[in-house]
Amino acid sequence: MRSAIRPEDLLRPTPRGLYSPAGDFFIDPVRPVPRALVTHGHSDHARAGHGAVLATRQTLDIMAIRYGADFAGATQAIAYGETVELDGVKVSFFPAGHILGSAQIRVEKGGCRIVASGDYKPGIDPTCLPFEPIGCDVFISEATFGLPVFRHPDPSGEIGKLVASLQLFPERTHIVGAYALGKAQRVIALLRAAGHDRPILLHGAMERLTAYYESEGIALGPVKLAREATPDALPGAVVIAPPGSLAEVWSRRFADPVTAFASGWMRIRARARQNGVELPLVISDHADWDDLQHAILATGCGELWVTHGQEDALVHWAGQAGLAARPLHLVGYGEEEAESGTAPAAGTESGDAPAEGKPS
Amino acid sequence: MNRFAALIDRLAYEPRRNGKIRLIADYFRHVPDPDRGWALAALTGALSFRNAKPGLIRQLIAERTDPVLFALSYDYVGDLSETVALMWPAPARPEGSPDAGIPLSDVVHILTHMGRSELPAVLAGLLDRLDETGRWALLKLITGSLRIGVSARLAKTAVAALGTLTPDEIELVWPGLAPPYAELFAWAEGHGERPRTENPTPFRPVMLAHPLEATDRDSLDPQDFRAEWKWDGIRVQAVRARTVDGAVATRLYSRTGEDISGAFPDLAEALAFEGAVDGELLILRQERVQSFNVLQQRLNRKAVSARLIAEFPAHIRAYDLLVDGTEDVRALPFDARRARLEALIASHPTDARLDLSPLVPFATWEDLTAARADPAKHGAGPDAEAVEGVMLKRADSLYLPGRPKGPWWKWKRDPHSVDAVLMYAQRGHGKRSSYYSDYTFGVWTGDGELVPVGKAYFGFTDAELIEIDRFVRRNTVNRFGPVREVVHARDEGLVLEVAFEGLARSSRHRSGVAMRFPRIARLRWDKPPAEADTLAALEALLRTEGEVAADGDPAAESDGNGRPARPASRRAARRDREAS
Repeated sequence: MRSAIRPEDLLRPTPRGLYSPAGDFFIDPVRPVPRALVTHGHSDHARAGHGAVLATRQTLDIMAIRYGADFAGATQAIAYGETVELDGVKVSFFPAGHILGSAQIRVEKGGCRIVASGDYKPGIDPTCLPFEPIGCDVFISEATFGLPVFRHPDPSGEIGKLVASLQLFPERTHIVGAYALGKAQRVIALLRAAGHDRPILLHGAMERLTAYYESEGIALGPVKLAREATPDALPGAVVIAPPGSLAEVWSRRFADPVTAFASGWMRIRARARQNGVELPLVISDHADWDDLQHAILATGCGELWVTHGQEDALVHWAGQAGLAARPLHLVGYGEEEAESGTAPAAGTESGDAPAEGKPS
Repeated sequence: MNRFAALIDRLAYEPRRNGKIRLIADYFRHVPDPDRGWALAALTGALSFRNAKPGLIRQLIAERTDPVLFALSYDYVGDLSETVALMWPAPARPEGSPDAGIPLSDVVHILTHMGRSELPAVLAGLLDRLDETGRWALLKLITGSLRIGVSARLAKTAVAALGTLTPDEIELVWPGLAPPYAELFAWAEGHGERPRTENPTPFRPVMLAHPLEATDRDSLDPQDFRAEWKWDGIRVQAVRARTVDGAVATRLYSRTGEDISGAFPDLAEALAFEGAVDGELLILRQERVQSFNVLQQRLNRKAVSARLIAEFPAHIRAYDLLVDGTEDVRALPFDARRARLEALIASHPTDARLDLSPLVPFATWEDLTAARADPAKHGAGPDAEAVEGVMLKRADSLYLPGRPKGPWWKWKRDPHSVDAVLMYAQRGHGKRSSYYSDYTFGVWTGDGELVPVGKAYFGFTDAELIEIDRFVRRNTVNRFGPVREVVHARDEGLVLEVAFEGLARSSRHRSGVAMRFPRIARLRWDKPPAEADTLAALEALLRTEGEVAADGDPAAESDGNGRPARPASRRAARRDREAS
């Protein structure tokens, strides 16, 4: 079928984000715009200060929690599967499986369908609805983990490592670095599924978001604030904290803690070591290399646009798979994940020179 | 193989020295001979395989994966073994299958004895049977550098921790031992004799100095200290002793204990004392010490040709004595050792390649500050060019291994600095892998063009690394394989304050100059690129620095298009000279 409208007229990259000339709206704009469609609540995609925001109710709730109720001039909630029309462009939201409320956005006009998937992951996640492939002509994908070295293992196996470490070091507090929105709640849910029933201690940054997940019917078991925990509650306890706080004064209150970090980046040793992580947990809310390929092919798209991450490799693969593919070189995304992957701990040097290199 | 893989996996994430020792000792306690011995060999870098080489790994992965995807992955991960371990397309196998019950000794046997023609298939079979961690460990054995933050010294310390031995006692018998070290473990565990393969010329751990800060200086009394020039060469320990059959053996060790005798046969032959001397390895021509640029040309050469020896005659400038004849004098104070060293040098044949590093006289810190600022006028004479500062040693300091704080200080000359503009960035390796951490920077020519003048890959903090990495990713204007060109216009770009030790003329660089030991001192986000320095300023400095040709230098510091391997060898050289 021949499209009456060119994809670039329906959506195109601009310095402010993906823009629809036909519908006069932006998707996940990085700067304030009159009309924004937001895929999910992470701060690199959902920013305050837009004139009007169209998003799922949960994404709007999360933005209100993070930025205050007046984060935008006007808001409109849209349900999964629902369609609204903006200046003749049909816009529909579908589950992306990334975090609670996350959505892929399909825009459609004149027989041309583009799906902007935001951040997504296929597979089971007890804290959000699963990703579903949506048929389209152009699929817009992230490529955070778009290299064949990224293959996320079974998350329950990774949580098993944390449970095993808790048994091995029952006297040590286990601090798990996890992004405050999504990852933290998923780690808690995975721990509960693994049978861990003690109260889980939270850094203050994730208190309200975790309570919001509970209120949305996601059972997370007993949680309390770490700063309110008595000293006798700390040995063998799990503390969930934002990655940046691992190397900060905040974490010094725990004697001889085990430092864990739940992130897809933990697949790469150097990344874990750069962060001073002792217990890397490869748990990611993004598609891995195999997921990306399956998800892209399942849409039946003829063309792939890659937003952010390891776009070179994914574009190369798509070319081999017979898809027209190009990187959009959008700027400003991936910081959320980059933040959780690049909070370096000072003083991780052991003082031992690595056994490498020869002077002669 | 399982347990060895699990050990090095855990070691890689264990930041604490004591934690590492405990992990290794625990492994030695629970794993029988000979497997634990092969593990010790791997940890101390004593394994080397004739046919199993990194090239073979590249060949195997090239047969199995898309070359572009491999290159991008390797660029990102920054470690060959890890990239291949993660990418290896292993056949699916049922959960809990007896995949990796291969003893480490079998793996070592295969890698050692398998012929060139059978090895690829056998190695691929092993990789198929192992999980990711196992593959990583196996590939690490082949590439040789484990890079898990464990030094040979630390591994030996873990052996000592099995019983009541000290690491130095292990060190003394170590050079006479060979894997799998059954007799060493028996001795360490208290149920065997001390291994009798006594080495007459062992390496003795060197004593290192702390950098002297102004605040330190205020609390120190000049009367307690002796000063020496800090020579810009590489630290060397020369050991000569009689063997059981009466012959004399000579060994030259780097500061990490690596035997470098083979690289300096001329020097080893010329020595005539008995004992162990600590000093600086330097190139002397017409009795003048040459700069490190010249020494570099003799380092990192595979073959030591007669011409190389003639052109770059190696010498030792001695500053300490560890063994006098057969007497260990490390427990004597510095002044007493110094007196013995002077006597030893005085009785040494004068035409030999050994001389004494003079003391720098001073009564006050002002005296020493003046000497450090102008070594030429304070006794170093024409050798001043090879002086990179002064060393301060307490007159009563014993010779202690490691870097004890207090007895020895190094006080380097202030570095030069220049404001340069970031032009290209490349991803780093090892600890910095996956970040853009290798930077090529330039200064302005008279024509208003930027010309690259050097490359630096350290000096910045972890936080600054992330800032630069972000800048690179957001401001890429061109990509050349792993290299990104970033925006560098007069009004747009990133200015780096680059500190460096010296400057040499070089026709290999378009700018005509090569920097020595450049590092990023500061990020000047505040400074527009147009205000960065000019090539003319560097050329002026070159004239005051003296003209030193760096051409033909196999490991010039600031190679504008340097391969990753070069900084690595450069780092090794730097480590060996960051001795005193």
